[in-house]
Amino acid sequence: MYVAVKGGEAAIANAHRLLADRRRGDRSVPALRLDQIVEQLALGVDRVMSEGSLYDRELAALAIVQARGDMIEAIFLVRAYRTTLPRFGYTKAIDTGAMLVERRVSATYKDLPGGQLLGPTFDYTHRLLDPELAAGGDVAEPLQRESEAEAMPRVSAILAREGLIEPDGEMSQDHIPGDITREPLEFPMARDIRLQALSRGDEGFLLALGYSTQRGYARNHPFVGEVRIGEVELELDVPELPFAVPLGSVRVTECQMVNQFKGSAKAPPQFTRGYGLVFGQSERKAMAMALCDRALRASELGEDVVAAAQDEEFVISHSDNVQATGFVEHLKLPHYVDFQAELDLVRRMRAEYDARENPAKVEEKREAAE
Amino acid sequence: MRGQEARDQAERKAIMATLAQSPGDDIARLWSDAGLPSEAELLRGPETGLVTVRGRIGGGGAPFNVGEATVTRATVRLPSGQVGHCYTLGRDKQKARLAAIADALWQEPVHREAVETRLVAPLRAALVEARDRRHAETAATKVDFFTMVRGED
Repeated sequence: MYVAVKGGEAAIANAHRLLADRRRGDRSVPALRLDQIVEQLALGVDRVMSEGSLYDRELAALAIVQARGDMIEAIFLVRAYRTTLPRFGYTKAIDTGAMLVERRVSATYKDLPGGQLLGPTFDYTHRLLDPELAAGGDVAEPLQRESEAEAMPRVSAILAREGLIEPDGEMSQDHIPGDITREPLEFPMARDIRLQALSRGDEGFLLALGYSTQRGYARNHPFVGEVRIGEVELELDVPELPFAVPLGSVRVTECQMVNQFKGSAKAPPQFTRGYGLVFGQSERKAMAMALCDRALRASELGEDVVAAAQDEEFVISHSDNVQATGFVEHLKLPHYVDFQAELDLVRRMRAEYDARENPAKVEEKREAAE
Repeated sequence: MRGQEARDQAERKAIMATLAQSPGDDIARLWSDAGLPSEAELLRGPETGLVTVRGRIGGGGAPFNVGEATVTRATVRLPSGQVGHCYTLGRDKQKARLAAIADALWQEPVHREAVETRLVAPLRAALVEARDRRHAETAATKVDFFTMVRGED
């Protein structure tokens, strides 16, 4: 039976007012502006855009402030906002080969067209806290080097020349890309739908699963064929114009993972691939996504499904941190009536247990009660 | 399609791309400096919505949906009857309105040159400068490998 209980309105209103106060904190400290967050906490903003599945820096920054820096809460806010907007359509597929590259490294080829560009990376830093940052000193301008604009083909295109690597993932010509924001998840799912789910998936969850494949659970011998970060242009087909309308650019991170594969009944020995593509600058997420994408292709490639990272239903059903936090956190909401019912049940079971296991004690209790 | 028409479309698209890439504040500042007319009837918007961004599996394979992005669009009609459109990433409604008016003005021979030289050219120069700077900053982080020679010669 469901019993409606009223009350708590004043407590809730006061709690939210208290939340607003604590969010602001000490009034003698200047309030954060959104442009400060966009500029100086850029990778946090990128994470909220990626997992919130909405590319809009200012909105992500607002969500971070409103959530007091709680990233999953910020992602939740962004997801909720998305549902209030109409949808204008699907862009043409972006061309990462034409990216304005800000970072590009390959672990498989030393000398590749366009070269190895480290960009603004944490790699090779010593991970020592920098007291000068706390003091807020001036920061030197970056160095510049004149260089010819050089084409930067994706590494997969180079490997493909030898025929030892599988091609980019093709699907039948008439396949319309699935959209998990429009249709409920169904298993088994096509790779395009899986990639959409992974791209908005929780970074920590995908990282742990990717790590598990390296440690031997669904081992798949990965190499980073390439990671590239930079801006790509978006275009949208609209009925009122005779050409695709340019919308501007978004920054994305792409990872081409190349995996050794000894062959199976379904496929010859070759390098197979996992793919990662996420909003913003986040190579950890793109790499984890690529590892998971490859692991989830086990059935397609004729591999035994033996580990969690290969289990599509397990991975995709649990990769969304908004769903996960909703279900876990709802446990703290009032369950008074549920719990009363359970309490009655456990009392009865305990009485039956005692009667069976310890009749003397039950007898004592009854006598004491009388 | 005839050659002239194709060239016009390519130019119009390039101008839309420049306006979409440029900050709204820059467009508004150049607009008032250039004294371009901003009188126009709004036929649609400016309104903000979403587009779903698509990528390709493996970079060049079948398309898949990556996520959404905010886009603001506007359609305007000049007093002359000329219609202009704008779609641009983000939620800047003033920018979308001005860019739609610029699109309409550009299609009118009397305004084309002013739009190109006083609005689009400086915006484009700023974008090229920013892109070149970014390119040069990235190039400075390029790894120059060298080989250590071991042993006797």
